[in-house]
Amino acid sequence: MGVKLLLEHANVEGIRYYDTYRRVGGYRAAEKALKMSTADVVEEVKKSGLRGRGGAGFPTGMKWSFLAKPEGVPRHLVCNADESEPGTFKDRYLMEFLPHLLIEGLLISSYALGSNHTYIYIRGEYAWIVDILNQAIAEAKNNGWLGKNILGTGFDCEIYVHRGAGAYICGEETALIESLEGKRGNPRMKPPFPAIQGLWMRPTVVNNVETLAAVVPILNMGGDEYAKIGVGKSTGTKLLSACGNINKPGVYEIDMTIPVEEFIYSDEYCGGIPKGKRLKACIPGGSSVPIVPANLLFKTAKGETRYMNYESLSDGGFATGTMMGSGGFIVLDEDQCIVRNTMTLARFYNHESCGQCSPCREGTGWMYKILKNIEYGKGKMSDIDLLWGIQKTIDGTTICPLGDAAAWPVAAAIRHFRDEFEWHINNPDESQKHNFGLAHYADPRPVPAAV
Amino acid sequence: MSDQMFKVTIDNKTIEVPPGTTILNAARMIGPEVAPPAMCYYSKLKESGGKCRTCLVEVSKGSEKDPRPMPKLVASCRTTVMDGMEVKNFTSPKVVEARKGIVEMLLINHPLDCPVCDQAGECHLQDLSYEHGTEETRYDFNRRTFEKEDLGPYVQLHMNRCILCYRCVFTANQLTGKREHGVLERGDHAEISTLLGKSLESEFIGNIIDVCPVGALTDKTFRFKNRVWFTKPVDAHRDCPTCSGKARLWMRGEEVFRVTARKDQWGEVEDWICNTCRFEKKETKDWVVEGPSEISRASVISQGHYAGNVGTEKPQVFIDKIIGKQPKLLLDIHSISDVNKKGVTLSKIDGPAHSDDFGLKNK
Repeated sequence: MGVKLLLEHANVEGIRYYDTYRRVGGYRAAEKALKMSTADVVEEVKKSGLRGRGGAGFPTGMKWSFLAKPEGVPRHLVCNADESEPGTFKDRYLMEFLPHLLIEGLLISSYALGSNHTYIYIRGEYAWIVDILNQAIAEAKNNGWLGKNILGTGFDCEIYVHRGAGAYICGEETALIESLEGKRGNPRMKPPFPAIQGLWMRPTVVNNVETLAAVVPILNMGGDEYAKIGVGKSTGTKLLSACGNINKPGVYEIDMTIPVEEFIYSDEYCGGIPKGKRLKACIPGGSSVPIVPANLLFKTAKGETRYMNYESLSDGGFATGTMMGSGGFIVLDEDQCIVRNTMTLARFYNHESCGQCSPCREGTGWMYKILKNIEYGKGKMSDIDLLWGIQKTIDGTTICPLGDAAAWPVAAAIRHFRDEFEWHINNPDESQKHNFGLAHYADPRPVPAAV
Repeated sequence: MSDQMFKVTIDNKTIEVPPGTTILNAARMIGPEVAPPAMCYYSKLKESGGKCRTCLVEVSKGSEKDPRPMPKLVASCRTTVMDGMEVKNFTSPKVVEARKGIVEMLLINHPLDCPVCDQAGECHLQDLSYEHGTEETRYDFNRRTFEKEDLGPYVQLHMNRCILCYRCVFTANQLTGKREHGVLERGDHAEISTLLGKSLESEFIGNIIDVCPVGALTDKTFRFKNRVWFTKPVDAHRDCPTCSGKARLWMRGEEVFRVTARKDQWGEVEDWICNTCRFEKKETKDWVVEGPSEISRASVISQGHYAGNVGTEKPQVFIDKIIGKQPKLLLDIHSISDVNKKGVTLSKIDGPAHSDDFGLKNK
């Protein structure tokens, strides 16, 4: 049984409401933090080794310490709740069932960063969660946790919930800031970084929901204790939203020491693959991260066991590894078609590109069209190399990481499943009817007896 | 401001620039041989740049203090120099390769209707694809098209040609009182448009035609009237109460076909002009003519007019000088063509040129 820090009380009835949350020990961390100096709170977070849970895995404490603190200029904390990565739904779970955990985390972080006006930028499609959050904010305010002079410390904090309009790109921090300012959600050029000039050209920190929620257990148990959970630089617990061909899809909290194999097959987590099918591939961190075939998922190229943490998953770089990403764990069984899967992702990125810089605007659409051709039996052999060329042009030449995110899945699919693309092109009719076999990237475990 | 200067090396050429200068501007200070192309950056417009990605360069040494190279190619128009920075532009195969890819991407949905495009001849995209692109495209799908949209009496919008550089948006923001147009939609169906069919009628809106690097925004009063290389650019000025009045007339014979602002070496407007100067003063008597504009001998606009007119060099000398440096026109048409004889000035012919005009009838 793994450690549970965020979802510890998730099953308590009525945890959504203030009274219950408070009864099980809620706002204890806030009480503690508000008695500390702001620098000490930042120091605790630094010591905890907490890494951003939004996808990039940047150390949170370091991000906080980069925040410029010019005299007389207000600073802002923005909570990035624009969770739109396909396969990721952990923030939704947190906000829907444990809204007070987020608010407590926001309060502590706002205090540490000196933000009197804190914003939650929530994905437009999460319409009902806005109400849940607003209700929780009102409750917190009634009980003196928000508003003026919180707990007599002289610290003022207001939290506002802002609903996005349904654009994936607004999950990129600078596009989110633009959108929050009421402009078109185009990512900004960096530098200047938001920590220097962010929201309304004021110093701003943008953090993921889970990151901010994780501040609560850090303050409760202390940064050093938190750092002891997990392994290496992957400290603490991580929420994973598992989906795809598994028996028990859902949000799981892991302490980053379990092997990937255990995560998929143990009954505590995903519970294996339905109908006794074999594993073909997995996208372990949300749609943007490279897909890995089964044989590279359980063991790294060096033959070591792969664990569910930042370092182990990215072992081998993009050639044989992948990324932790945002924790959207997508499992594909032997019946899934990689070409179709890649096409779906390419369509998504084509649709969500903001259209600001040329490689992403034009390249994502081009990739989608080619993949559509291949999938529907109209592909040419040269298309595969063309796809490779396009993704290479997009990767690393765009303003924001959306271009990279669009290029990586295509690159990884070609890298690991080139034979499947070739089979699609060579057998256009057959590819419409059934899926390519498991040839040499199959899960090594034997096919179970008929189920 | 301290008077400390930053030393920056671009393609093995070193220059000292004040802190805060971008790599692109530093390269322009050295000269055109190292300057990266820029389709969206416009030095006169704040916040412009960073979008087209054609100006990407490789930073092989970050600075004197931190000599690590930058991991990715950077947009030179938005990256400021550091002391001791070393930049590779044309000398980096990575940059050349990336630029090729980006030019291809810019062209996949471009209609390539240059033969009927008013911008042809002074189009930055033509120059860019000639200098940095490949001969052919690998794109074999239908090109993206847009519904036609009317932007009022002055500006003609061809959205199909647009490369979404946002220059016109910044121009309208920074030059005119109220911006009526902007970018709607997103991704590859993003388009320049006005909300609910407004017309662009601000006093300085004509300048968006000049800043447009392609033929997406053209002058309605000049539409299909002539090709730019048949008209002759002349610098002229007039006493204008609203603008500087310094303009460039594009003439053929005595007729003024088009009025634009004067552009510098980088194709950027020197002084903004108002709509009255641009669209209404189309008579020679409205203007005080200063003389022929300086146009690069390598420009297609020079063809047909300027044999011996611009500069002091004889065409042949010039050709010797530019061969091997990727000029836009490799040879002076006059000296090799049987048809287009040097003695004949196209602009003096009434109507379209004919073989009679070149004395080839009896050959």
